[in-house]
Amino acid sequence: MLPVWGRVGTEGQETRDENLEALTKGAILSRGLGRSYGDSSLPPSSHPVAVNTTLSDRILSFDHDTGLLTAEAGLSLYDLNWTFLPQLWFTPVSPGTQYVTLGGMVASDIHGKNHHVAGTFGRHVQSLKMRLADNSIVTCSRRELPDLFLATLGGMGLTGHILEVTFRMVQVPTAWIWQETERIGNIDKYLVALRESAVDWPMTVGWIDCLSVGAAMGRGILMKGRWAEPDEAPARAPRARPQITFPVELPSGFLGRPLVKTFNTLFFHQHRRRARRGCIHPEPYFYPLDTVHHWNRMYGRKGFAQYQCVLPAAGMPDNARRFLDVLTSLGGASFLSVIKDCGAEGDGILSFPMPGISVALDIPMGDDTQHIVDRLNEFVIDEGGRIYLSKDALTRAEHYRAMDPRVDRFLEIRRKYDPDLRIRSAQSVRLFGDPG
Amino acid sequence: MNVVVLGATRGMGRAVARQLARRGDRLFLLGRDQDQLARSAADLEVRGARGRVAYAPCDLADPESFGAVLEAADTELGGFDTFVLTAASFGTQDALEADHDVARRLLTVNLANTISLCEQVRERLMSRGGGTLCVFSSVAGDRGRKPVGIYGASKAGLSHYLEALDHKYRAAGLVTITVKPGFVRTSMTQGLPEPPFAGEPEEVAKIVVKGIDAGTPVVYAPHIWGVVMSAIKLLPRWLMRRVDF
Ligand SMILES: Cc1cc2nc3c(=O)[nH]c(=O)nc-3n(C[C@H](O)[C@H](O)[C@H](O)COP(=O)(O)OP(=O)(O)OC[C@H]3O[C@@H](n4cnc5c(N)ncnc54)[C@H](O)[C@@H]3O)c2cc1C
Repeated sequence: MLPVWGRVGTEGQETRDENLEALTKGAILSRGLGRSYGDSSLPPSSHPVAVNTTLSDRILSFDHDTGLLTAEAGLSLYDLNWTFLPQLWFTPVSPGTQYVTLGGMVASDIHGKNHHVAGTFGRHVQSLKMRLADNSIVTCSRRELPDLFLATLGGMGLTGHILEVTFRMVQVPTAWIWQETERIGNIDKYLVALRESAVDWPMTVGWIDCLSVGAAMGRGILMKGRWAEPDEAPARAPRARPQITFPVELPSGFLGRPLVKTFNTLFFHQHRRRARRGCIHPEPYFYPLDTVHHWNRMYGRKGFAQYQCVLPAAGMPDNARRFLDVLTSLGGASFLSVIKDCGAEGDGILSFPMPGISVALDIPMGDDTQHIVDRLNEFVIDEGGRIYLSKDALTRAEHYRAMDPRVDRFLEIRRKYDPDLRIRSAQSVRLFGDPG
Repeated sequence: MNVVVLGATRGMGRAVARQLARRGDRLFLLGRDQDQLARSAADLEVRGARGRVAYAPCDLADPESFGAVLEAADTELGGFDTFVLTAASFGTQDALEADHDVARRLLTVNLANTISLCEQVRERLMSRGGGTLCVFSSVAGDRGRKPVGIYGASKAGLSHYLEALDHKYRAAGLVTITVKPGFVRTSMTQGLPEPPFAGEPEEVAKIVVKGIDAGTPVVYAPHIWGVVMSAIKLLPRWLMRRVDF
């Protein structure tokens, strides 16, 4: 069984070896730590074998002057963080979990709390070594094979196997975070606060309660952060913290609307009205969900769909409020939803973010989940937004094409390097009609 | 420490080498594939190994090469004080029963050639007053079991040799450490049915490095396999004939 984070995996197998170059020969899909929620890391059912890159995790070079680092694609962000943070170097962009691989970070062209200033991970990638569908091995960058390079940033593994990634790390003043959080009464105020804080803060993100209605619709907690300065931080270096494991799989449906509502309300009210500020450990700051290993088990066997879309800046803040209206009318119960403003579009051809507002929610998998996703997608299409493929398991092909005109260019490049569409995933079968 | 590692490009050997690098030991790598050695050497340098991490190709199937590579390691490190050997051949019982040549090669590599290499290491270490020899054997050598008859025989022989080495030379300064990993998730074991208590290479590496520092003669890793094997050793033969593990 091949797992994915939303727990709707498929039957299939993984091959694992330290020598990724040898392992990817003839293979049709690579996957890393399986932290994408949907089916992007799953091979098609006709050929249910994927390369697991995680044993290929060597750091091949690091330049202490420039921060330029080359590593094999299976290197985990956890390993990278805890090798380099003590030396005051950090990844230029981090997702909300450190259990991802470099290959996955490139293939999803991930974004983080600093998107409004740092862009996506791809912006910091200098070159990629890849194995292509014709089994050749090439290096691509903005200068060499630029079409391949840009199609691979955010290309969900469909342009070839990423073997090595060269990117630039950033230097940080200490390994601790200075954070300020505040409670905000509704979505309109929230969006204003988010925009204003983006001016002074390099990292911003927030959680909103999308089950609250009326005047309190979209109330939430805004979190602003930056690396702490030496005089604010403890003198000692932070250490990786142990995880607790979510021990059992809860029955599907356990997380019904009443329970989620209670949780969201408690979460909102536990934060005192006044702003909180202080120096915190980087793990609870960047990776609060990593504290509990296998937290996705609480969604039970049926799992859940994560839905993430970005709504364009032009329609703000109305589009965000109307999105919550649609969600409420559909009855989609989600734990706190993550909401974040996005900066400039990345240069990856299918890169997810665009200037605007990104909303991410969890929807427990049930009979109406497809319906909810369809309706949300129709809304997103009307608004000129798009969804994040790394989270997606249910979007229909016609919806995806309607929301992203860049797809044609992407498919053209993909065909140039892989005319027979040999490299493919369950997601590309679903969205692009690849051979199953 | 000045450590030579044979097997550092993969699995548990890689994890042990990384532990040692992280605390700033000096390393010299031996392995079969030049390109894989170069990559692992670079990785260990970035992860904190002291100075340059040099390497030399060495194949356990080619005992003629042992002398030269040990000499190279000694020259590079100015005399190594610790030798870690994790490399070995593996085959399932079915595969080894099906092909006698493969089985013979495995026995040669894991037993005869490994012992021959250890003997040369012993000579070198003893010539300078001792050191540590840490060799990965296996729980497969603890009891004759159906799924690991031939592989287990090679490891039983190796464990036997290492025990004797320890008895004979410890007082004179040579510390011999026999590591007996249980089922560990590596590329070697991929695809095999996973028993309970399967371990991760990093977990094993921590235990092994502690064992090296403490001079523990026999190290089970993960620890629970010590208990499991004690129980299995007590099982009567009539029962062992019936069970499949
Ligand atoms: C709790 C949590 C929080 C998250 N927060 C964020 C966030 O804040 N921002 C964000 O952008 N994302 C976020 N994500 C999503 C995650 O960052 C991406 O899904 C990422 O791609 C996962 O990396 P992985 O190594 O697990 O890749 P997998 O899930 O294994 O694979 C993801 C995709 O990458 C491809 N791929 C992986 N390795 C290779 C390779 N070597 N060559 C070619 N293709 C490859 C796969 O084919 C697949 O299409 C989050 C996920 C979780 C579980």
